[in-house]
Amino acid sequence: MSRASSPPLPRRQSLNGRQREALWGYLFIAPWLIGFLCFVLGPMLFSLYASFTNYDITSRFDWVGVRNYVQLLTQDSRFWKALSNTAYYAVFAVPLGIATGLLIALLLNQEVRGQRLFRTIFFLPKVLTGVAVLLLWLWVFNPQVGLINTALYRLGVNENNLPLWFSDPAWSKPALIIMSMWAAAGGFMFYLAALKGVPRDLYESAQIDGASPWRQFWAVTVPLISPVIFFKLITGISGAMQFWSESLILTKGGPSDSTLFYGLYIWQTAFTDLRMGYASAMAWILLLITLAITGLQLWFSRRWVHYEGEVR
Amino acid sequence: MALSRPEVQVRPRPLRTGGPRRVGGLKLGRLLAFAALVALSLMVLYPALWMVSTSLKPDAQVFAYPPRWIPDPVMWGNYAKAWASAPFTRYAVNSLLYAVSVTFGTVLSCSLAAYGFSKLRFPGRDFLFLVMLSTMMIPGLVTMVPQYVLFSKLGWINTYLPLVVPSFFAGAFFTFLLRQYFMGVPNELLEAARMDGANELWIWGRVMLPLTTPALATVAIFTFDGAWNDYVNPLLYLNDERLYTLQVGLASFRSANDTQWQLLMAASVLVLLPVLLIFFVFQKYFIEGASLTGSVKG
Repeated sequence: MSRASSPPLPRRQSLNGRQREALWGYLFIAPWLIGFLCFVLGPMLFSLYASFTNYDITSRFDWVGVRNYVQLLTQDSRFWKALSNTAYYAVFAVPLGIATGLLIALLLNQEVRGQRLFRTIFFLPKVLTGVAVLLLWLWVFNPQVGLINTALYRLGVNENNLPLWFSDPAWSKPALIIMSMWAAAGGFMFYLAALKGVPRDLYESAQIDGASPWRQFWAVTVPLISPVIFFKLITGISGAMQFWSESLILTKGGPSDSTLFYGLYIWQTAFTDLRMGYASAMAWILLLITLAITGLQLWFSRRWVHYEGEVR
Repeated sequence: MALSRPEVQVRPRPLRTGGPRRVGGLKLGRLLAFAALVALSLMVLYPALWMVSTSLKPDAQVFAYPPRWIPDPVMWGNYAKAWASAPFTRYAVNSLLYAVSVTFGTVLSCSLAAYGFSKLRFPGRDFLFLVMLSTMMIPGLVTMVPQYVLFSKLGWINTYLPLVVPSFFAGAFFTFLLRQYFMGVPNELLEAARMDGANELWIWGRVMLPLTTPALATVAIFTFDGAWNDYVNPLLYLNDERLYTLQVGLASFRSANDTQWQLLMAASVLVLLPVLLIFFVFQKYFIEGASLTGSVKG
């Protein structure tokens, strides 16, 4: 504004306004930028360096080259156990979670009565989280008097064949997956919004062509909401790769390492054994795996994900 | 690319009513859908009702078989007993202080950064925004160890600083979310204030924030919920029992009483109540926010 009295230099004046705006801009994003440097980029570079050392936070901090990585990949059976447990969980929990949310959204989209009440109920699992709910699941899966085994017994399962859930290495992961499906019910909102956006006339023309509801679902609904499913797949897998804190509370990784998830192994290595260098190497392997899976999904998505612009 | 879709979703827009309309078998289809929804609702509600039922049982009925749903007598005293058997009041105060400060820090810093990214032009903005988006793909496990090292070198272990301070530095996700809302505010409104000589901080506080309170409320509620339910960070950074939050306190209460299920469930119900209350009061923001954040929280 003070430049207004100076000779006619409109360009210079606008440049000044622009400079002032830029200065404000940097000030406004400063919290993020400082946080990014101090809590993300800095720590990540440190962690990358530490992954090539025998760092233990107190005394040792010597360069060991790729020894941590070699040891993890060739000698550490618990590393592979943790990786396969995590893969097991992701392979079942992610698709089942998507199916649960999508099923509820499809049903709600049939214009049934009581929409508001149903929405509130199905949203509850998103609200009920934390340690309290994990304790509830421990109780629900109680082998003797828990809800699930009581129901199975009534359905005719022999008393001796009832699963021991969190006490049995074969059933501990399925128990966690059932738990995750309950929580995934709350995801229906995401699909419902997408379903509402599917143009009605597409179903009408499909019906004229004699397509069954099942065929309509696969030929019309799925392609049209595929971007949402794809997004859920990407974030769901990335989330499943980092699933571990539940097992810290419920099972501490047991029985016999059947719920030792990747994150839990990092946690134990870093904060119980204080092998920070080794844990950092594990974290970087996780980052690389996550990036590789995301990259693969992006590449495959061209075959099945349809964006609106291409259809209409 | 994965992130370009929610950008479309994020704009608050009225839901279009009606979905596919079937011509034949309409009534039967709806009836079946209704029946399926009732069955699914029961499956969702069952565990929660079981929790309340257990919390009201006398000692002897907890392990009774077959399980009975209505306790006899109803033991309201379990709640007082559970609350008194550990310093839960102290834990609750800690949890509340933790959640409120994190919520304040997040709303403040994320709305500042979001304003910068959405309404101000400066060199490198788009690049920095891209950097911010890509940080959302980094697993938290990668920064967990080095952050712990950083905070322990600063001497912050066993204080609330490592839990609260980072929230004042604009996390990527909520900054991104608010930026999407802020983009929808017409520039003319801001220009008018600029013409009157207002500076950007004033415009942020007096024009932008009042216009976007629903979005801010969504961010606040989700941050509060996240901090209230956070277990890992308080466990990692707080050793002193007097500093425990409800989540850590509840977990250690469980280790001490792992067969007293009626007390464990009573304590659990009490821990869940505040969030449940917030949910019923602010349901609109919760559900709106969930269709945006649900994807990330799994």
